[in-house]
Amino acid sequence: MARRAGFDRHLVSPLVSFRNVSYRVGGKDILRDFSLDVDAGETVVLLGRSGSGKTTALKMVNRLLRPSTGAVLVEGTTTTNWDPILLRRRIGYVIQEAGLFPHFTVEANVGLVPRLEGRPPQDIRARVHALLEQVGLPPAQFAARYPRELSGGQRQRVGVARALAADPPLLLFDEPFGALDPVTRVELQRQFLELRRRLGKTAIFVTHDVREALLVATRIALLHNGRLAVLATPSEFLKAQGEEARAFLSCLDTQVMPA
Amino acid sequence: MTPDLARDIADLTVEHLVLVGVAMAIAIALAIPAGILLTRRAPLQRWVIGFANVMQTVPSLALFGFLIPLPLIGGIGKHTAIVALVLYALLPVLRNTLTGILGVDPAVRESAIAMGMTGRQLLFEVELPLAARTILAGVRVATVTTIGTATIAAAIGGGGLGVFIFRGLASVDSTLILAGAVPAALIALLADGGLGWVEKKLSPA
Repeated sequence: MARRAGFDRHLVSPLVSFRNVSYRVGGKDILRDFSLDVDAGETVVLLGRSGSGKTTALKMVNRLLRPSTGAVLVEGTTTTNWDPILLRRRIGYVIQEAGLFPHFTVEANVGLVPRLEGRPPQDIRARVHALLEQVGLPPAQFAARYPRELSGGQRQRVGVARALAADPPLLLFDEPFGALDPVTRVELQRQFLELRRRLGKTAIFVTHDVREALLVATRIALLHNGRLAVLATPSEFLKAQGEEARAFLSCLDTQVMPA
Repeated sequence: MTPDLARDIADLTVEHLVLVGVAMAIAIALAIPAGILLTRRAPLQRWVIGFANVMQTVPSLALFGFLIPLPLIGGIGKHTAIVALVLYALLPVLRNTLTGILGVDPAVRESAIAMGMTGRQLLFEVELPLAARTILAGVRVATVTTIGTATIAAAIGGGGLGVFIFRGLASVDSTLILAGAVPAALIALLADGGLGWVEKKLSPA
């Protein structure tokens, strides 16, 4: 039976649970026997190289992909038993380059999910303006603009506001700051931490940047060739001994010596 | 120009516009939904585009001739002419609907799905608006070609400005040929300009 109700007010723990998940496509194992629980309020970072399976794992949470074997549970219900539309409207999703609708204004982009949910227009407007303030884009200046009139960092802020619009308890981030210049990137990372402190959302965050992982994570799940290699808090991760963990940590040691 | 000739030009121009208008309306009504359907049925794309391509390569005079002996859609007169014009107009509209929708940025499509849009919402709120310019460009090409091709409809009794052209050819009267060709060319230019203007007005993707 498809689950029809939204999330319960007091959140079930774990909020998201990967249970022995594998994903095969074209004879290739993208994800192998992956298990992970994400509790309410956590920010779990899926860290790994390109092709490690981290984005695949993320896309199973809002059922953009289905596991070949195993199951992904959201709020205790297997994603395949969720009505996918309801599931997705309860999960915020932020991707690289934001994926904004080019033919919608900033206001229409951010207000999309509340509009799909049939909320009254004046409520949507108030909500959108409050969110734009929160992500540092004054609505008077930005609400009527189109995505092509924004910088990369501004677009990404709109993407975050859009993901928050329906007040979802869970947010998914797929390398959200990957395409930004380093200065903007740090600004948005700080803002992410600030929003998390204020809103207390649960987040699953995909990145290949170990600094970013250490900065935003409450726990880091390191993936290597589709397997979970390390699962640790950031401070434990710094001491991790596995080969792949050391490979990532060695990125932190690089000293730059001006000539 | 005699008043008689002027009145004939006006009448045949109207007839020509009706031929083109009806043919384009049918072609659009068939090709856009078919194009949308094809974006959901990838294996069919080759076959349907192939058919439409073949239709385009058949010389127009031959196509009109082929249709005459066919039951229901064939015979002499306007309806046969319209069937032939529709067959020509299908391809540009169909192909542009397909390329327009398939050309929507995959990241935009993915975020639409991830935000919980239904298939219908994805189509009407994202895919069609973003493909609108491309689809309209196809409609424009098809319309301009149809205005030209419709002059041949007179060969099978379809009427329109082609009547002058065939009459002029038969009587080696260049004035008559021009009386058909010049208004047809003007209509084509106007249609091209008008649809081009609408195309620019649509928000760029």
